[in-house]
This record gives sequence, structure tokens and C-alpha cells, in this order.
Amino acid sequence: MIRLGVPSKGRLMDKTFDWFGRHGLTLSRTGNDREYAGQVEGAEITLVLLSAGEIPRELATGRIHLGVTGSDLVREKLVRWETKVETIARMGFGHADLVLAVPQVWIDVDTLDDLDAAAAQFRATHGHRLRIATKYHRQVREFLREHGVADYALVDSQGATEGTVLNGTAEAIADITSTGETLRANHLKVLDDGLIHASQATLFRSLPAAWDAPARRELDALRTRLAATG
Amino acid sequence: MITSADRDRAADILARFREAGAAPVAAAILQPAGTLLDLYGEDIRARAFTTQDPLAGEMMLRPDFTVPVVQAHMAGASDPARYCYAGEVFRRQESDPDRPREYLQAGYEVFGASDPADADAEVFALLHEVLAPCKPIAATGDLGILIAAVEGLTTSERRRAALRRHIWRPVRFRRLMERFTGQAARPGKRAALLATLEGVPVEELVARAGTAVGLRETGEIASRLGALREDAVEPPVTRSEADVLDTLLTMEGSMAEAIDPLRDMAVDLPTLGPAADRLEARADALARRGHDPAALPFAPARNRTAMEYYDGFTFTLSAPGRPDLAPLATGGRYDALTAVLGGGRGVPAVGGVVRPGLLAGLAEGA
Repeated sequence: MIRLGVPSKGRLMDKTFDWFGRHGLTLSRTGNDREYAGQVEGAEITLVLLSAGEIPRELATGRIHLGVTGSDLVREKLVRWETKVETIARMGFGHADLVLAVPQVWIDVDTLDDLDAAAAQFRATHGHRLRIATKYHRQVREFLREHGVADYALVDSQGATEGTVLNGTAEAIADITSTGETLRANHLKVLDDGLIHASQATLFRSLPAAWDAPARRELDALRTRLAATG
Repeated sequence: MITSADRDRAADILARFREAGAAPVAAAILQPAGTLLDLYGEDIRARAFTTQDPLAGEMMLRPDFTVPVVQAHMAGASDPARYCYAGEVFRRQESDPDRPREYLQAGYEVFGASDPADADAEVFALLHEVLAPCKPIAATGDLGILIAAVEGLTTSERRRAALRRHIWRPVRFRRLMERFTGQAARPGKRAALLATLEGVPVEELVARAGTAVGLRETGEIASRLGALREDAVEPPVTRSEADVLDTLLTMEGSMAEAIDPLRDMAVDLPTLGPAADRLEARADALARRGHDPAALPFAPARNRTAMEYYDGFTFTLSAPGRPDLAPLATGGRYDALTAVLGGGRGVPAVGGVVRPGLLAGLAEGA
């Protein structure tokens, strides 16, 4: 039997249930509201309700066959994520962009080229590297390495990241935004080429999970169903 | 895992290095993270294990011996000096699960030698000798040639400094060259901003842009805008100079046959003349130690991305028929690093390390 992990609460869970419903699979919670159990009608699939943040790890270990979570979480939490999960479907909700943002008053900085030059200047002027606050360390570091940006330091910020520049603990930030409103309220702007990752809720398949014949048949049936219902 | 056979092999290599006149140095496994981060940037976090000490703050398990050995030398010893060491280094592996996280390095470093070409050859020849039973395949490079070419570009010092800073980052280096040669179009937004600056003071533009936040001050923004204005009227780097750089980045052959083309290129970029002299002196020094420069593979840009501190001669020694193995030995010249760690006082430095753990089954079987 295939085990499908979905977010256990909130809008992400509701939208996941809706999405599967549109594709002809009825997901529902069982028991009372506090109990994290669920069922799937119309398929040999066990529903496992998990926190969205735990789903990448469960996919990587193969304890669940399929899982719904933000693509940003998979990229952040799984080293070499492409070797551990396969993307089955982008689900079209839960949109969130991981972006690099700098103060609006930096009128000389629009691009990563500018950021790199400003970082060199900043380090020479202030004696320390330009600080970028984020909780998405791996993705930000890989993005900046790929684009050859130097002389920056990542500082950890687990919450209220947009406020770190105002509070003087960072010069720039990398954070998830859906509308950019919070960034503007904190006097920040997104770099023109500062989109690190456009995240959305995604149905992933675990590569290390046990894919025996019945599990494969069930997966094929699911793929056919998704293809047919668009 | 490090086996006791590996440790024996490391001890043998260390003994050979001592015989060659090197003084053994010890280095702490826990190194302050700050120095390494300042030197290598955030990328080191992907390669080194970080840990936390309640008093000393962020520490790293030493990813190599270079920094502590250079620091020890800069703290007092007189030039010239030869050092050797053997011990564990620790590397995070984010992409290849089969690569070891801890392994031994045995190293030999020469500081302040009066004849740099001879010191380059000394380190290469000694590491080659240690690995001789494995019949290693050598490959050499010289980042000093790239740096010399950049120094010789007919353009602003600011542009040369930007290229020098990114010698080790091919993507950004290429992007800078595209901009400096006029191949990459300037964003329209930037042209508009520079045009506006002709009539409106920077302070006013900054005030219009929003509320000032963060440590970077208006004066810094104004100074960079000044630099951008100057750069906008700077003529492009000529095609012939850019071609020389492209040629250097892709050039491959033997060390001996690289010397004449370099002299030819020095017609376009005269700074390559002294670089060719240095290469020739090194080739001669290697020949004196029994390594034929006509048989030594050479590419100037080799090991460009390996470690951000090599700024001259580089080399690797690899096991024949084993492309799956990391090089058995790597080394190179890092003069600039000593100045950074020595608070401005630099000495010429060249060194290399052997990985005893890779030799199991190679030397014995050969």
C-alpha cells in the first residue's frame, strides 16, 4: 500500500484535499480533529498527516511513497534533492518566492552584479562582510556561489527577517515572500535578478521508498488519473 | 575511516619531509571560524564542519593546515623556513556521499625562499619523489599568468581590481569581461539613473527612494554611483586584449611549449613578459631536478577553482588509470595569502600536501 504524506493542518491541507478532489480522489481526516489520521477513497493509498516541514525528511528516508510539501522545503532540507525525490506534479497553490532584497535607498543596486560590487565596497569600508539575514542558508549560499557573488556573510534569522536591516543586524535579506508587501513596509526592494526559487506546493515521489509491484501499479493509476484530469 | 596503515604511511612521509629540512609544526583541530570565513567566504561552510564553543564562539574542524601553518610562521619565525605536518583534516560532503569526511594530509611548505622558481620545483619534486612508487601523473598550472594578464589590461584600475578579485570565480569573471568589452548591454534602468544624476544630487535621489535603513550610508551609495559614472564613459577593453585572456583560459599543452606563445602574447599585454620569464625559470628549475618541462602537462588556469588562495604555480599528482580518485597530492604558490594573514606583511610561500589515505593498494601493488 502506498503511503501519501500531506500537511496536517491549515490552508495547505485544505488546498491539498481540494486538489486531489479535483483529480477524483477524496482525501479526508478520520477520527476527531486532534488525531492526525486520514483516509483516501478510491485508491489503495494510506493517508499520513504530517507537518509540511517533516515531509521532505520522510520522503528522503522512504517512510512515505508520496508527499505534498513546498518545493522550497525540499530544496532546503534535502542535500542533492534530485537524487531523493521526483516531482510528480506542481499543484498550483502555496506560491512563495525566495528572494534577495536590499534597502530601497540603495539606488545603485538593482542586480546581483551590483550586489557583488556593493559587497566589495562595504567590506572595504566597514571591515566586515555584507550581512544577509536568512533561514534558507543552503539555497542562498548555492545561489550566490552559482552567480559568483563574494564578500557576503549569511546571518541566521529564524523569524521577522524583514526587520533585521531596520534593526541593524543585516544589510540585506533573503526570505520567502508572496506579495512583497512586508518587504516594502520594511523599506526593502527585491533585486531584478534576485529570485532564488519560486516555490509552490508540489507532489513528490520518494525514490528510496519500497516500490513493489502493487505500489507501482497504484502509482501508475495515479499518474494516469492526473494526466486525464489535467 | 583513517586506518593505522594510513597513519604509518603519513609518518613515513613526514619523516621524509623532515629529512628535506622541514621543521614539524602542530596545528589545533578546532580553528576559529572567523579567520576561515574572512579568507574563503561563506563557501567554506559548504566544505568545513562548523561547531560552537560557549566561550570561543564559532569554530571549524580544520579543513586544511594552510591557515594555521601560515599564522604560525607569520607570528615570528624568520625567513626562509620549511615546515612539515601530518594530521587529520575534515571536509563536509554535500554532493558525493562516497568521499571521506576525515582523512590525513601530510604537507610540506616553504616560506620566504629567495628563488621562487627553485622553491616551486623543490616542493613539486619532493612530493613527486614521495609518490614515485605510484608512478603519479603530474598536471601543472600558473594562476600568476592570469593575474599578470589582468594587471596588463588597458583599462581603469577599478576594472582590473574587479577582475583580480574574481580570478577564482569563472562565472563572474566571464560576466565582468562581457561587460568590460561592451558585449553585455547596460540595463536601461542604469542608463536612466545615470542620466538623472546629471541634474539631481545623489542625496535627493536617495531620499526619494525611501527611508534609509541599514549600515550602508548615503556617502557609500554616492561614491559607488560616482564610480559607475566614470565606468560608463570608460572605453571598452579591446578585442585583442580580451582574446589574450580567452586564450590563456583555454590554453593546454606542455609547460615547455607554453613559454613561446606567452612571449608572443606579451606583444599585446606586456605584463605577460615577466610572467613568461617566471614560467621559464620554473621550467628550468624543474629540469634541474629531473622533471622534463616538455613532458609536464600545463594549463595556466588549472586549479583555478580549487582553492581561492593559489596565485602562482599550481600542481596535482594523480594515480594513473584512476580518474575516480582525488589527486594523491596537490600544491601551489600562495604569496598573497600570507599578506592577508600576516596583517599586510607577506612572504613568498609555496607548498603541497599528500593524502596518505589514497595510497593504500597503489604503492604496494605497483
